[in-house]
Amino acid sequence: MAELLQHLLNGLVLGGTYALLGIGLTLIFGLMNVVNFAHGEFYTLGAYVSFAALALAGVGFFGALVVAIVVGAALGWLCEVALLRPLRNESIDTTMLVMIGVWIAMQNAELLGWGGVAKSIPHPFPTAPLVLGPVAIAPLRLFVLVLAAGLIAASWLLIQKTKLGRAMRATFQDRDTAALMGVGIGRIHAATFAFGSGLAAAAGALLGPIFLVYPSMGDLASLKAFSVVILGGLGNVPGATLGGLLLGVAEELGAGYISSGYRDAVGFVIIILVLLFRPSGLFARQERIA
Amino acid sequence: MTRAGGWLLAVGALTVPLWLQSTYHLHVAIMAGIFGVLAMSLNLLLGYTGQLSLGHAAFFGIGAYTSALLTLKLDWSFWPALAVAVGLSGAAGLLIGRLALKLRGAYFVLVTISFAGVISLVSVNWIELTNGPLGLPGVPAPDLGPWSLRTKTAYYYLVLAAVALSFAVCRRLVRSRIGRALVALRENEALAESIGVDVTHYLVLAAVVSAAMAGLGGSLYAHYTRFVSPEVFLFTYTVTMVIMVVAGGKGTLAGPLVGAVLFTVLPEALRAAASWQWQMLAYGVLLVALVFFLPRGIVPRLGAAIAGRR
Amino acid sequence: MLAVNDLAVRFGGVTALERVTFQVRPGSITSVIGPNGAGKTTAFNAITGYLKPTSGRVTYDGAALTGLRPSAIARRGIVRTFQKTSVFPALSVEANVLTGLHLRGTAGFLAILAGRRRLAAEERSLAAEAAEIIEFVGLNPRRQEAASGLPYGEQRLVELAVALAARPRVLLLDEPGAGMTGAEKVVVSGLIRRVREQGVTVLLVEHDMRMVMGISDTVIVLNGGRVIAEGAPAAIQAHPDVIRAYLGAAAGSA
Repeated sequence: MAELLQHLLNGLVLGGTYALLGIGLTLIFGLMNVVNFAHGEFYTLGAYVSFAALALAGVGFFGALVVAIVVGAALGWLCEVALLRPLRNESIDTTMLVMIGVWIAMQNAELLGWGGVAKSIPHPFPTAPLVLGPVAIAPLRLFVLVLAAGLIAASWLLIQKTKLGRAMRATFQDRDTAALMGVGIGRIHAATFAFGSGLAAAAGALLGPIFLVYPSMGDLASLKAFSVVILGGLGNVPGATLGGLLLGVAEELGAGYISSGYRDAVGFVIIILVLLFRPSGLFARQERIA
Repeated sequence: MTRAGGWLLAVGALTVPLWLQSTYHLHVAIMAGIFGVLAMSLNLLLGYTGQLSLGHAAFFGIGAYTSALLTLKLDWSFWPALAVAVGLSGAAGLLIGRLALKLRGAYFVLVTISFAGVISLVSVNWIELTNGPLGLPGVPAPDLGPWSLRTKTAYYYLVLAAVALSFAVCRRLVRSRIGRALVALRENEALAESIGVDVTHYLVLAAVVSAAMAGLGGSLYAHYTRFVSPEVFLFTYTVTMVIMVVAGGKGTLAGPLVGAVLFTVLPEALRAAASWQWQMLAYGVLLVALVFFLPRGIVPRLGAAIAGRR
Repeated sequence: MLAVNDLAVRFGGVTALERVTFQVRPGSITSVIGPNGAGKTTAFNAITGYLKPTSGRVTYDGAALTGLRPSAIARRGIVRTFQKTSVFPALSVEANVLTGLHLRGTAGFLAILAGRRRLAAEERSLAAEAAEIIEFVGLNPRRQEAASGLPYGEQRLVELAVALAARPRVLLLDEPGAGMTGAEKVVVSGLIRRVREQGVTVLLVEHDMRMVMGISDTVIVLNGGRVIAEGAPAAIQAHPDVIRAYLGAAAGSA
């Protein structure tokens, strides 16, 4: 029983960051209809920026997170304005190919810049795990869980309560009406992409210290993000949150009870099964009209 | 392509070992041929039905592993092993084809990636079968009756035959009623259905032929490099295939071949000047640039230029 | 004969069609009219398999069509056009019509790979048929041009040509006159009559009353998802329920 709880706890830590990845992508893929294969690269970018800030500039852990988010969001903004805006009326396949190009370019730029050897991000937390009844958790992981929860809550607030969030929801529900009401469509698209990319960078900065940082870490992150989005339903932020947590827990349980070699397969299998049997996601309230 | 041009090309291709200086160059030619087969297979799906499969490395890998295992572990001769490899890849294509019936666009892409991901994980973890990350060394070279096709020259002709066969199959399919049905599905699926094109039948057909052809490429690769490991499932192979098709010209017959030659020769030529990472970086930038400036690829642009000149 | 029996289509609380029953006399030109939102295109979609009806049956010569895929229904000789212009955009007019001749070809996968001589003969005969059809709709000068580049009226002629290529026994035309000039509508009406002369039954949805009354043998009126009248054009024009339906609709939108 204790083992189960431990796995669940580990799964939540992982799941919290998967939720961040998923929320970002569900906005980009679900609302903007951009198949963002480079999403994982922003995750990697976040990890490397965090590494640079912590190891090289000596900024504190929290500060490194902030820097990572800002850099991720800024690069996302640039991407949208320079590459996606001119292609907005093209088919989804075209933007998909462009994002694949960005994916390859970013990953190899990182490879060239940082080298292929995995890096370890230093962190200020003690390594001795905190014992909470039947489970134990490393202080770092607890911190990550808390921060992830905070960022998720902040995202929900932004989308539901702020003017920007309302403008975003309006734009993606009915672009023409929103435009008539004075919403700057271009800016909303850029802001959404920046927001999503910033969240991905945050996920990278949070998970980076737990695992190692290496250039191809984004590949799996991208796919898991898609898995979460499909599970939760496109454009569905609460769905993505729940989906992220579910994926994290499923991976931990699978690795613990079945086999750790196939842990990454969980995300793949989810994609295949959900798309085959319930394409609108587990939490969607109504069927998408194709 | 004019008649004379076609004959010139054929003669040129047949005499390559005579006028290429070193075995290294012959190696490049062989790799270009193998990738030509792979690019043509991807083009059938991407260029003609309009569905992007980013899991094509899975069919390539299944073909490679099947062929290698049958010849290594069961002592089969090359040719039946090749046939089974092609058949098994085709069966995998059947699976993907049936999945495609429900999914289009981005969802289909995601499923193909996931499929490749699962197969890749199996090849790493099912050590009893595949020897895991260590791979399968010592894959035997094929033989044709009493002759061994071990030498590069002999293998070149084997690959050339495969390229010619694949091209002929693609050409016959594309220029037929089947080709028209596939294009109809790409251009306007609802309209295609209204005139009697059975979507199921044709998507599955395209997927099976495409996958079988990729399996052919895989088998050729395995018996050439004489070594198969989970690296065949690396995403870089799929990306390379996509660039070859998109840059060469998707939906054309010559495009994938032009792309294959270009993107096999270029990296080798630039190898001294720039490392693999720089080249992949350039590929990424190139893909973006292609989408903006040359969306239909090289072959159609060349064709238009020539037609304009006349 | 195409027969619709008690057809009902309901989704998400909306009833698009209810108890729709009618028969289309073979060799006739039958029009379906009604105010906007009456369910005309929904009926087409249900008949041709693009929509699964909630209940009811559609049969052709006694054989059931309900539940079949659109391509299977097309194989039985029921072909439709679409409300929104529907062509194969990147293909030339000729290629569009050749593609439309899909059901006329017999070449299968193995035969194509083997490249039999019979195939070449079949391709030639298909090309000749395509030429005939293009001539019929009057698009000869545009044969090699890409369909997407043609003006609207001519694109709709391409659409018609593609549908005819499928050799329908029943041709369902969804608003063939929409967006056309008066002159173009006259051409289309003429084509529809000539199609009927070749033995094809025509069922069309149309808003242009003059066009409808000019070519139809029978007119069926839908309103609010139900059939409210059926008969010869003159009778329909005088029918009180029909007048009320249109006036009511006009009053509602006034």
